[in-house]
Order: sequence, then C-alpha cells, then structure tokens
Amino acid sequence: MKEEIIIAGFGGQGVLSMGKILAYSAIMQDMEVTWMPSYGPEMRGGTANVCVILSDKKIGSPILTKYDTAIILNQQSMDKFESAVKPGGLLLYDPSGITRHPERTDITVAQIPAIEVAAKVGNSKVYNMAVLGGFLKLKPVVEMENVEKGLGKCIPARYNDLIALNKAAISEGMNSVLEITGK
Amino acid sequence: MAEKILMKGNEAIAISAIRNGVDGYFGYPITPQSEVMETLMKEKPWETTGMVVLQAESETSSINMVYGGACCGKKVMTSSSSPGVSLMCEGLSYIAGAELPCVVVDVMRGGPGLGTIQPSQSDYNQITKGSGHGDFHNIVLAPASAQDMYDFVDWGFELAFKYRNPVIILSDGIIGQMMEKVELHPAKPRMTEEEILKVAPWATVGKPASRERNIITSLALEADVQEAFNQKLKVKYRKIEENEVKYSEYMTEDAEYLFVAFGCSSRICEAVVDELRSRGIKAGLLRPITLYPFPYKEIARLAGQVKSMMSIELNLGQMVDDVRLAVEGRCPVGFYGRQGGNIYSPEEIVEQFLKFNNLK
Repeated sequence: MKEEIIIAGFGGQGVLSMGKILAYSAIMQDMEVTWMPSYGPEMRGGTANVCVILSDKKIGSPILTKYDTAIILNQQSMDKFESAVKPGGLLLYDPSGITRHPERTDITVAQIPAIEVAAKVGNSKVYNMAVLGGFLKLKPVVEMENVEKGLGKCIPARYNDLIALNKAAISEGMNSVLEITGK
Repeated sequence: MAEKILMKGNEAIAISAIRNGVDGYFGYPITPQSEVMETLMKEKPWETTGMVVLQAESETSSINMVYGGACCGKKVMTSSSSPGVSLMCEGLSYIAGAELPCVVVDVMRGGPGLGTIQPSQSDYNQITKGSGHGDFHNIVLAPASAQDMYDFVDWGFELAFKYRNPVIILSDGIIGQMMEKVELHPAKPRMTEEEILKVAPWATVGKPASRERNIITSLALEADVQEAFNQKLKVKYRKIEENEVKYSEYMTEDAEYLFVAFGCSSRICEAVVDELRSRGIKAGLLRPITLYPFPYKEIARLAGQVKSMMSIELNLGQMVDDVRLAVEGRCPVGFYGRQGGNIYSPEEIVEQFLKFNNLK
C-alpha cells in the first residue's frame, strides 16, 4: 500500500499538524512515512501545504507532482492542485470560501464542511481533525486505534484532555463527508 | 525494539548530539537549520548530560568556540546554512591545520550571497574542495534521510577523532525540514576526563609533570616544518581515501544507464529509476554517501558497464566534475540541475534523461 497525499490551505488551518498526526498514525501501524512541508517566505500568512507519503515499503522521492489524494482548504490551493490528482484519485475539499469548484470528472470529488463540523463539536481549533475524519472515511489508510495513538504522540501531555475532543471531531467529520462525484 | 519517533532531519541532529555524548554545541540561527538549536534549547541537555548549548554572537564566533572546545579533546559541533558556513571557513582551515576533531552541519540553501532559504546543493564545491585557505580536506558525509541525520552525528565524531580532522555533514533544506521515522539507538554517555586522555592524548587539558607540553597550533614559520606537516596531512588523506569511501547502489547490477546523485537528489532519482525501469529502460543509481572521500573507483567501474551517466544536482553542476574525473571519457556524462531553491520532479528528470540519451 502506498498513499501519496497533498494537504493544502492557509497557514493557521492546521494543515501541517494534520499531516503530522496522519504520519504519526501510520508509524503506529509500522508504515514508512515522509512529511515534507512547503517552507519559505510564502508561509507567513499565506498558503501552506504539506506532502505526506505513507507506504509499506521504503519511500524514495519525498517530492511529487501527482498525488493519490489532494485535501484542499482554500481557492489558491484548488487552483494549484486540482490538476495534480492522479486519474482515479480523490479530491477532498472544504467548500467554504471556494468560488470555483473542481471540474475534473476522472476522479472522486468529495466535500467536507469542516467549519460546521468543528462548530458542532464545540471548538474551531479542531477544524483540521474534522477534515482528517472526512479523509479517513473515504480512504481508511490508517486504523482508528492508531490515529488515537498518533494523536497521543502529537499532542503534548499537558493537553491530553483534548484528545477526546479531537477524536469527536474526527468521527463527526467521518459522518459529514459528502461524496459529490464517483470516479 | 528501539523507539521510533517522527522528527525533522534538523531535530534528529539535535537529539542525536544529546544521545551520543556530545559535549558542546555552539551555533547561530539561520533558516533552514534553526530547528537544530531550537530543539537543543527545548531539550535542555545541560540539565541531563551536562552538554553545553550556546548561541554565539555570530557564525565566526561559533566555529572558534568549536576550535577551543576541540583543543580540550571535547566532542564539539556547530551547524549552519550556506551563508553562515562561508563565515566559518576561516575557522575550518585553522581546525584542519591544528588537526582537531569536530562536526559541522551545513543545511544548504540557494546562493550565492544571501540567496534563498529553500533547498539547494550549491555548496558542494565549497565544502568538498575549498572551505578555507591552505591544502586540506574535510571529511564530507551526505545524509539522505532523517535517520541518516541522526546516525551521521555519531559516525562523524568517530571519523573526526580517528583522523583528527573536521567532518562536515552536508545536508540540505529538504532533508533538514522533512519529517520521517527515526529509530533511536541506545544512548551513549559523554566521555569522562580519563577517556579523553586515552582517545585524545594531544588534548590541552593541563600539563602533568610526566610529559612535555601539548601544543596545538596551525602556525609553522619555517618552510621545511610546514612542508613536513603538509606531507603528514597527505599521508592522512590517502588513508582516508583508502578506507572511508561509502556509497550505495540502487539497481546498478544490470544497469545500462547510471544516475549519480547525493542527498535529497538521490531520493528523487530512486523514483526516476523506478519510472524508467517500468518503461523497460535499465537505469540505476549510485549515491555517494561520503563526498570526500569520493567514490571515484566505483564510478570508474560502472563507466565500463553503462552507456551513459547523468549527475543530478540542485546546482549548476558541481559534483559532475568529480563524476567526469572518475569516468575519464569512457562514457558520455550528462548533467541536469535546478537552482535557487526550486526542486526537480522525478518526471522532469525522466524527460531530461530521455533527451540526453536520444531515447523515447
């Protein structure tokens, strides 16, 4: 199994930490992972993205131009990465703030209303976990028990009480993801 | 089973320094390697192993603190990125001239000048050929993963003490910023005073009545004295070239075309080899792990086997000169590179490969 994922949005949406939690969850089930962020002057208040690769085998290039899954959280990232999804791949996006929706017909397109999900769970900071839940519903590449372990590794011990909240956001995200077109 | 932790290459350098008994780290922040000192400051090793971590006022200062610590037989290191490493070059020459061990990490970014903060491999020539005045070599190690970053700190100190020579870990913005799984080996304590006397009898740790003064200097005013020292260095460098070359091969056994790439580029080239193999083209990859000593012999051997070679580097073509030296005209040698912090995709390299070899 190999899953190549780009997660892209604004700085502050939790793009990098979502990638980190996903990567750690995969380590918990003994997979190989790479987490390669875009870094540079554009990160200050601008767009942020991270390429996460999960694989059963040793990973070669951490730099890719085509992905199995694109998780897109703003319009700029939609413009940049819609065409980068491999045919038959998945494009998961948050429709809020999107003015031009994806037009590809050779991929699965799905929406995750993550702002609403986070509001329902009661904390806007778990926005990214709602998105992660949506992704894991469509592509269960890591088991839920390992996601919990991954959360435990990524959240500092003093905030351990927040793990339940993050889990709630993930499962609410799973319930709220909406498939628009099948491949 | 050893613990496996997700961490950045830069964090791996810091954690490895603490766990491998390093005595002192002296540095000055610069992107893309600032996480090295940030991690050390966060971990506070002075409270556990007694390791000193100090932010100096400049890179010039950091390397001279390393020089001082190394005189005492301590395991000392610094890290920086390209412009900062340029400032350290005077110190590196003095350390090489004084025959002292140390480890310096260069997480390369685009240049020349202040350049960009994105990944590059543009310091190859500087680090392998000219990191300061005078006739000397650094031992140069090129990591390609976060695990390598972790492992090479300990390996670097082993080589540095074995040969009394500076060791440079020549990394880049990708390997520094990327997070991967890192397996932590059992921790080693710092050397005791007695152990230092044993492994570094040359160290200036105070003169007992039983021996002459230890003098550490790189100054020799008489030509004959200097030449004798240069000859001594020559013997050392030949020994390093004989014994310490390290490289890895990927799909080279039946290869008809060879890529040569180090660091992050070797990772990208693995994907290129896979893609070409899937199209029935027998490509392979040689990754130099030590850049000095360089695997000339191994590349020469493959030059008799393949139809052509390509050196793939994030610069304008630096290591390709060493590849050509190894090949000595036995096969065509091509080059493809990107600069300024831009990174090639595997597809881009495949295209350049096909063009260079007139293939479809």
